[in-house]
Amino acid sequence: MTPEEEKEFKQRQKSRNWVIGGILLFFVVLFYAITIARMGD
Amino acid sequence: MTSITKQTLPAEWRDFFALTKPRVMTLVIFTGICGLLAAPGNLHPVLAFTAILCIALGAGGAAALNQWWEADLDAGMKRTAKRPLPGGRMRREDARDFGILLSVASVVTMGLAIGWLAAAILAVSIVYYAVVYTIWLKPRTPQNIVIGGGAGAFPPLIGWIAVTGEVTAMPVLLFAIIFFWTPPHFWALALFVQSDYAKVGIPMMPVVRGERSTRRQILGYALLLVPIAISPWLIGGTGAIYGVSALLLSLTFVALSIPVAFREAVEGDRMTPEKRLFAFSIIYLFALFGLLVFDRVAAYQHWPLPGVTS
Repeated sequence: MTPEEEKEFKQRQKSRNWVIGGILLFFVVLFYAITIARMGD
Repeated sequence: MTSITKQTLPAEWRDFFALTKPRVMTLVIFTGICGLLAAPGNLHPVLAFTAILCIALGAGGAAALNQWWEADLDAGMKRTAKRPLPGGRMRREDARDFGILLSVASVVTMGLAIGWLAAAILAVSIVYYAVVYTIWLKPRTPQNIVIGGGAGAFPPLIGWIAVTGEVTAMPVLLFAIIFFWTPPHFWALALFVQSDYAKVGIPMMPVVRGERSTRRQILGYALLLVPIAISPWLIGGTGAIYGVSALLLSLTFVALSIPVAFREAVEGDRMTPEKRLFAFSIIYLFALFGLLVFDRVAAYQHWPLPGVTS
Protein backbone atom coordinates (compact mmCIF):
# COMPACT_ATOMS: atom_id res chain seq x y z
CA MET A 1 0.00 0.00 0.00
CA THR A 2 1.39 3.41 -0.99
CA PRO A 3 1.49 6.28 1.59
CA GLU A 4 -1.40 7.96 -0.27
CA GLU A 5 -3.47 4.79 -0.14
CA GLU A 6 -2.66 4.32 3.53
CA LYS A 7 -3.78 7.89 4.25
CA GLU A 8 -7.02 7.32 2.35
CA PHE A 9 -7.48 3.98 4.17
CA LYS A 10 -7.17 5.63 7.59
CA GLN A 11 -9.41 8.52 6.60
CA ARG A 12 -12.18 6.18 5.45
CA GLN A 13 -11.77 4.02 8.54
CA LYS A 14 -12.01 7.10 10.75
CA SER A 15 -15.15 8.46 9.07
CA ARG A 16 -16.79 5.03 9.26
CA ASN A 17 -15.94 4.76 12.95
CA TRP A 18 -17.55 8.14 13.62
CA VAL A 19 -20.71 7.11 11.78
CA ILE A 20 -20.89 3.73 13.60
CA GLY A 21 -20.30 5.50 16.93
CA GLY A 22 -23.09 7.96 16.14
CA ILE A 23 -25.49 5.16 15.19
CA LEU A 24 -24.71 3.21 18.38
CA LEU A 25 -25.25 6.32 20.50
CA PHE A 26 -28.54 6.97 18.67
CA PHE A 27 -29.74 3.44 19.44
CA VAL A 28 -28.75 3.78 23.12
CA VAL A 29 -30.88 6.95 23.35
CA LEU A 30 -33.69 5.33 21.32
CA PHE A 31 -33.87 2.22 23.52
CA TYR A 32 -33.85 4.40 26.63
CA ALA A 33 -36.77 6.41 25.18
CA ILE A 34 -38.61 3.20 24.14
CA THR A 35 -38.23 1.82 27.66
CA ILE A 36 -39.64 5.00 29.22
CA ALA A 37 -42.52 5.06 26.69
CA ARG A 38 -43.40 1.41 27.28
CA MET A 39 -43.28 1.76 31.08
CA GLY A 40 -46.44 3.85 30.74
CA ASP A 41 -48.33 1.02 28.95
CA MET B 1 -21.92 -15.24 -8.75
CA THR B 2 -18.60 -13.57 -9.30
CA SER B 3 -16.89 -10.73 -7.52
CA ILE B 4 -17.12 -7.51 -9.53
CA THR B 5 -13.75 -5.96 -8.74
CA LYS B 6 -11.07 -6.35 -6.13
CA GLN B 7 -11.74 -4.00 -3.25
CA THR B 8 -8.80 -3.02 -1.07
CA LEU B 9 -9.94 0.22 0.58
CA PRO B 10 -12.77 0.06 3.13
CA ALA B 11 -16.05 1.23 1.60
CA GLU B 12 -17.23 4.72 2.53
CA TRP B 13 -20.28 5.09 4.76
CA ARG B 14 -22.00 6.98 1.90
CA ASP B 15 -21.86 3.83 -0.19
CA PHE B 16 -23.53 1.85 2.58
CA PHE B 17 -26.22 4.53 2.66
CA ALA B 18 -26.60 4.28 -1.14
CA LEU B 19 -27.17 0.51 -0.77
CA THR B 20 -30.43 1.23 1.06
CA LYS B 21 -31.91 2.94 -2.06
CA PRO B 22 -32.78 6.22 -0.26
CA ARG B 23 -35.00 7.49 -3.09
CA VAL B 24 -37.25 4.45 -2.96
CA MET B 25 -37.31 4.81 0.81
CA THR B 26 -39.11 8.19 0.64
CA LEU B 27 -42.25 6.43 -0.64
CA VAL B 28 -41.79 3.63 1.91
CA ILE B 29 -41.57 6.16 4.76
CA PHE B 30 -44.46 8.26 3.45
CA THR B 31 -46.88 5.34 3.05
CA GLY B 32 -45.72 3.86 6.37
CA ILE B 33 -46.44 7.16 8.15
CA CYS B 34 -49.83 7.40 6.43
CA GLY B 35 -50.76 3.87 7.52
CA LEU B 36 -49.72 4.71 11.06
CA LEU B 37 -51.60 8.04 11.16
CA ALA B 38 -54.75 6.73 9.48
CA ALA B 39 -55.09 3.78 11.86
CA PRO B 40 -57.65 4.09 14.66
CA GLY B 41 -55.94 4.39 18.04
CA ASN B 42 -52.97 6.07 19.60
CA LEU B 43 -49.29 5.30 19.64
CA HIS B 44 -46.71 7.08 21.79
CA PRO B 45 -44.68 9.44 19.54
CA VAL B 46 -41.43 7.66 20.44
CA LEU B 47 -42.95 4.31 19.50
CA ALA B 48 -44.46 5.76 16.32
CA PHE B 49 -41.02 7.10 15.36
CA THR B 50 -39.49 3.70 16.14
CA ALA B 51 -42.09 1.90 14.00
CA ILE B 52 -41.33 4.13 10.99
CA LEU B 53 -37.60 3.80 11.59
CA CYS B 54 -37.91 0.00 11.63
CA ILE B 55 -39.98 0.01 8.41
CA ALA B 56 -37.30 2.21 6.77
CA LEU B 57 -34.43 0.07 8.10
CA GLY B 58 -36.14 -3.11 6.94
CA ALA B 59 -36.65 -1.64 3.47
CA GLY B 60 -33.00 -0.53 3.46
CA GLY B 61 -31.84 -3.99 4.48
CA ALA B 62 -33.92 -5.64 1.76
CA ALA B 63 -32.56 -3.13 -0.81
CA ALA B 64 -28.97 -3.91 0.24
CA LEU B 65 -29.63 -7.65 -0.13
CA ASN B 66 -31.21 -6.97 -3.53
CA GLN B 67 -28.06 -5.13 -4.68
CA TRP B 68 -25.82 -7.84 -3.23
CA TRP B 69 -27.62 -10.50 -5.27
CA GLU B 70 -27.95 -8.44 -8.45
CA ALA B 71 -24.45 -6.94 -8.54
CA ASP B 72 -23.59 -8.74 -11.78
CA LEU B 73 -26.86 -7.68 -13.44
CA ASP B 74 -26.40 -4.09 -12.24
CA ALA B 75 -22.94 -4.02 -13.80
CA GLY B 76 -24.50 -4.78 -17.18
CA MET B 77 -27.03 -1.93 -17.11
CA LYS B 78 -26.24 1.74 -17.66
CA ARG B 79 -28.71 2.98 -15.00
CA THR B 80 -27.23 0.79 -12.25
CA ALA B 81 -23.59 0.40 -13.31
CA LYS B 82 -22.41 3.10 -10.90
CA ARG B 83 -23.96 1.58 -7.78
CA PRO B 84 -21.44 0.79 -5.00
CA LEU B 85 -21.01 -2.91 -5.92
CA PRO B 86 -20.74 -2.75 -9.73
CA GLY B 87 -18.74 0.47 -9.29
CA GLY B 88 -16.16 -1.57 -7.37
CA ARG B 89 -16.37 0.62 -4.26
CA MET B 90 -17.48 -2.12 -1.90
CA ARG B 91 -16.88 -5.81 -1.25
CA ARG B 92 -19.84 -7.99 -2.07
CA GLU B 93 -19.82 -9.75 1.31
CA ASP B 94 -19.96 -6.37 3.07
CA ALA B 95 -23.18 -5.51 1.23
CA ARG B 96 -24.67 -8.89 2.18
CA ASP B 97 -23.68 -8.57 5.85
CA PHE B 98 -24.94 -4.98 5.98
CA GLY B 99 -28.28 -6.07 4.50
CA ILE B 100 -28.64 -8.92 7.01
CA LEU B 101 -27.66 -6.63 9.91
CA LEU B 102 -30.22 -3.97 8.96
CA SER B 103 -32.94 -6.56 8.41
CA VAL B 104 -32.37 -8.36 11.72
CA ALA B 105 -31.98 -5.10 13.67
CA SER B 106 -35.21 -3.69 12.21
CA VAL B 107 -37.26 -6.82 13.00
CA VAL B 108 -35.87 -7.23 16.55
CA THR B 109 -36.34 -3.53 17.36
CA MET B 110 -39.89 -3.61 15.96
CA GLY B 111 -40.67 -6.69 18.05
CA LEU B 112 -39.30 -5.25 21.28
CA ALA B 113 -40.70 -1.74 20.87
CA ILE B 114 -44.00 -2.27 19.06
CA GLY B 115 -45.05 -5.91 18.99
CA TRP B 116 -44.21 -9.22 17.41
CA LEU B 117 -47.09 -9.20 14.90
CA ALA B 118 -45.77 -6.02 13.24
CA ALA B 119 -42.25 -7.48 13.49
CA ALA B 120 -43.34 -10.74 11.85
CA ILE B 121 -44.98 -8.89 8.95
CA LEU B 122 -41.86 -6.74 8.58
CA ALA B 123 -39.77 -9.93 8.43
CA VAL B 124 -42.13 -11.37 5.80
CA SER B 125 -41.83 -8.16 3.73
CA ILE B 126 -38.02 -8.34 3.80
CA VAL B 127 -37.95 -12.03 2.81
CA TYR B 128 -40.60 -11.34 0.16
CA TYR B 129 -38.49 -8.63 -1.50
CA ALA B 130 -35.02 -10.09 -1.03
CA VAL B 131 -35.79 -13.76 -1.67
CA VAL B 132 -39.20 -14.30 -3.33
CA TYR B 133 -38.88 -11.30 -5.66
CA THR B 134 -35.15 -10.69 -6.18
CA ILE B 135 -33.74 -14.19 -6.10
CA TRP B 136 -36.65 -16.34 -7.18
CA LEU B 137 -39.23 -14.67 -9.44
CA LYS B 138 -37.66 -11.53 -10.97
CA PRO B 139 -35.40 -13.46 -13.35
CA ARG B 140 -38.12 -16.02 -14.15
CA THR B 141 -41.38 -14.30 -15.02
CA PRO B 142 -42.57 -11.14 -16.80
CA GLN B 143 -45.04 -10.82 -13.92
CA ASN B 144 -42.04 -9.75 -11.79
CA ILE B 145 -43.30 -6.18 -11.43
CA VAL B 146 -46.70 -7.41 -10.21
CA ILE B 147 -44.93 -9.58 -7.62
CA GLY B 148 -42.45 -6.81 -6.74
CA GLY B 149 -45.39 -4.49 -6.14
CA GLY B 150 -46.25 -6.63 -3.14
CA ALA B 151 -42.96 -5.69 -1.49
CA GLY B 152 -43.69 -1.97 -1.84
CA ALA B 153 -47.20 -2.51 -0.49
CA PHE B 154 -46.16 -3.63 2.99
CA PRO B 155 -45.24 -0.28 4.69
CA PRO B 156 -48.79 1.12 5.23
CA LEU B 157 -49.92 -2.35 6.37
CA ILE B 158 -47.13 -2.51 8.95
CA GLY B 159 -47.70 1.13 10.00
CA TRP B 160 -51.38 0.42 10.59
CA ILE B 161 -50.75 -2.84 12.50
CA ALA B 162 -48.14 -1.09 14.66
CA VAL B 163 -51.02 1.01 16.04
CA THR B 164 -53.87 -1.50 16.17
CA GLY B 165 -51.94 -4.73 16.82
CA GLU B 166 -54.27 -6.72 14.56
CA VAL B 167 -54.79 -7.51 10.88
CA THR B 168 -58.14 -6.15 9.70
CA ALA B 169 -59.67 -5.35 6.30
CA MET B 170 -58.42 -1.76 6.19
CA PRO B 171 -54.64 -2.40 6.26
CA VAL B 172 -55.12 -5.23 3.75
CA LEU B 173 -56.91 -2.79 1.43
CA LEU B 174 -54.05 -0.29 1.77
CA PHE B 175 -51.73 -3.13 0.77
CA ALA B 176 -53.96 -3.92 -2.21
CA ILE B 177 -53.98 -0.29 -3.41
CA ILE B 178 -50.18 -0.18 -3.76
CA PHE B 179 -50.11 -3.74 -5.13
CA PHE B 180 -52.46 -2.87 -8.02
CA TRP B 181 -50.95 0.60 -8.52
CA THR B 182 -47.39 -0.67 -9.11
CA PRO B 183 -47.79 -2.42 -12.50
CA PRO B 184 -49.37 0.52 -14.40
CA HIS B 185 -46.93 2.91 -12.69
CA PHE B 186 -43.86 0.90 -13.63
CA TRP B 187 -44.98 -0.22 -17.09
CA ALA B 188 -45.82 3.38 -18.08
CA LEU B 189 -42.18 4.18 -17.26
CA ALA B 190 -40.93 1.05 -19.04
CA LEU B 191 -42.70 2.14 -22.23
CA PHE B 192 -40.77 5.40 -22.56
CA VAL B 193 -37.45 4.54 -20.90
CA GLN B 194 -35.29 2.18 -22.86
CA SER B 195 -33.97 -0.15 -20.19
CA ASP B 196 -31.20 -2.69 -20.44
CA TYR B 197 -33.18 -5.41 -18.68
CA ALA B 198 -33.40 -7.51 -21.85
CA LYS B 199 -29.61 -7.31 -22.20
CA VAL B 200 -29.07 -8.89 -18.77
CA GLY B 201 -31.83 -11.47 -19.20
CA ILE B 202 -34.56 -10.04 -16.95
CA PRO B 203 -37.96 -10.79 -18.57
CA MET B 204 -39.74 -7.42 -18.46
CA MET B 205 -43.32 -7.30 -19.73
CA PRO B 206 -42.82 -4.92 -22.73
CA VAL B 207 -39.97 -7.13 -23.96
CA VAL B 208 -41.56 -10.54 -23.37
CA ARG B 209 -45.23 -9.94 -24.19
CA GLY B 210 -44.74 -6.87 -26.37
CA GLU B 211 -45.79 -3.26 -26.10
CA ARG B 212 -49.39 -3.84 -27.12
CA SER B 213 -50.12 -6.37 -24.38
CA THR B 214 -48.37 -4.16 -21.80
CA ARG B 215 -50.54 -1.19 -22.80
CA ARG B 216 -53.74 -3.23 -22.42
CA GLN B 217 -52.60 -4.53 -19.04
CA ILE B 218 -51.93 -0.96 -17.85
CA LEU B 219 -55.60 -0.14 -18.51
CA GLY B 220 -56.69 -3.40 -16.87
CA TYR B 221 -54.87 -2.57 -13.64
CA ALA B 222 -56.08 1.05 -13.73
CA LEU B 223 -59.68 -0.24 -13.95
CA LEU B 224 -59.09 -2.69 -11.09
CA LEU B 225 -57.71 0.15 -9.00
CA VAL B 226 -61.03 2.06 -9.02
CA PRO B 227 -63.05 -0.33 -6.79
CA ILE B 228 -60.00 -1.16 -4.67
CA ALA B 229 -59.12 2.49 -4.01
CA ILE B 230 -62.67 3.39 -2.95
CA SER B 231 -63.30 0.22 -0.94
CA PRO B 232 -61.93 1.69 2.34
CA TRP B 233 -64.84 4.15 2.06
CA LEU B 234 -67.34 1.48 0.99
CA ILE B 235 -66.60 -0.69 4.03
CA GLY B 236 -66.91 2.33 6.32
CA GLY B 237 -63.23 2.59 7.17
CA THR B 238 -62.99 6.19 5.95
CA GLY B 239 -65.28 9.12 5.34
CA ALA B 240 -66.47 10.85 2.19
CA ILE B 241 -63.41 13.12 1.95
CA TYR B 242 -61.30 10.09 1.14
CA GLY B 243 -64.02 8.21 -0.76
CA VAL B 244 -64.99 10.95 -3.22
CA SER B 245 -61.35 12.04 -3.73
CA ALA B 246 -60.25 8.43 -4.30
CA LEU B 247 -63.02 7.97 -6.86
CA LEU B 248 -62.05 11.15 -8.76
CA LEU B 249 -58.34 10.35 -8.63
CA SER B 250 -58.89 6.76 -9.79
CA LEU B 251 -61.17 7.83 -12.65
CA THR B 252 -58.48 10.32 -13.74
CA PHE B 253 -55.99 7.44 -13.63
CA VAL B 254 -58.28 5.40 -15.92
CA ALA B 255 -58.83 8.41 -18.22
CA LEU B 256 -55.06 8.86 -18.59
CA SER B 257 -54.57 5.10 -19.16
CA ILE B 258 -57.03 4.95 -22.08
CA PRO B 259 -54.85 6.87 -24.59
CA VAL B 260 -51.85 4.81 -23.46
CA ALA B 261 -53.77 1.54 -23.94
CA PHE B 262 -55.05 2.19 -27.46
CA ARG B 263 -52.08 3.72 -29.23
CA GLU B 264 -48.88 2.47 -30.74
CA ALA B 265 -45.56 4.24 -30.53
CA VAL B 266 -44.12 5.35 -33.85
CA GLU B 267 -40.58 6.32 -34.83
CA GLY B 268 -39.50 9.47 -32.99
CA ASP B 269 -42.58 9.34 -30.72
CA ARG B 270 -42.45 11.78 -27.80
CA MET B 271 -44.48 9.32 -25.67
CA THR B 272 -46.45 12.15 -24.07
CA PRO B 273 -49.45 10.03 -22.87
CA GLU B 274 -47.09 7.53 -21.19
CA LYS B 275 -45.07 10.29 -19.52
CA ARG B 276 -48.27 11.98 -18.38
CA LEU B 277 -49.61 8.73 -16.90
CA PHE B 278 -46.34 8.01 -15.10
CA ALA B 279 -46.19 11.52 -13.59
CA PHE B 280 -49.83 11.29 -12.51
CA SER B 281 -49.33 7.84 -10.97
CA ILE B 282 -46.84 9.31 -8.48
CA ILE B 283 -49.18 12.20 -7.61
CA TYR B 284 -52.03 9.69 -7.34
CA LEU B 285 -50.40 7.58 -4.66
CA PHE B 286 -49.13 10.51 -2.59
CA ALA B 287 -52.54 12.22 -2.82
CA LEU B 288 -54.49 9.07 -1.98
CA PHE B 289 -52.52 8.30 1.16
CA GLY B 290 -52.37 11.98 2.15
CA LEU B 291 -56.16 12.14 1.86
CA LEU B 292 -56.52 9.01 3.96
CA VAL B 293 -54.74 10.80 6.81
CA PHE B 294 -56.63 14.05 6.19
CA ASP B 295 -59.91 12.12 6.34
CA ARG B 296 -58.92 10.57 9.67
CA VAL B 297 -57.90 13.96 11.10
CA ALA B 298 -61.22 15.44 9.93
CA ALA B 299 -63.08 12.62 11.67
CA TYR B 300 -61.14 13.12 14.92
CA GLN B 301 -61.68 16.87 14.86
CA HIS B 302 -65.40 16.42 14.08
CA TRP B 303 -65.19 18.84 11.19
CA PRO B 304 -68.68 19.47 9.81
CA LEU B 305 -68.21 17.63 6.53
CA PRO B 306 -70.89 15.40 5.04
CA GLY B 307 -70.34 11.66 5.30
CA VAL B 308 -67.29 11.83 7.55
CA THR B 309 -67.07 8.89 9.93
CA SER B 310 -66.26 9.57 13.55
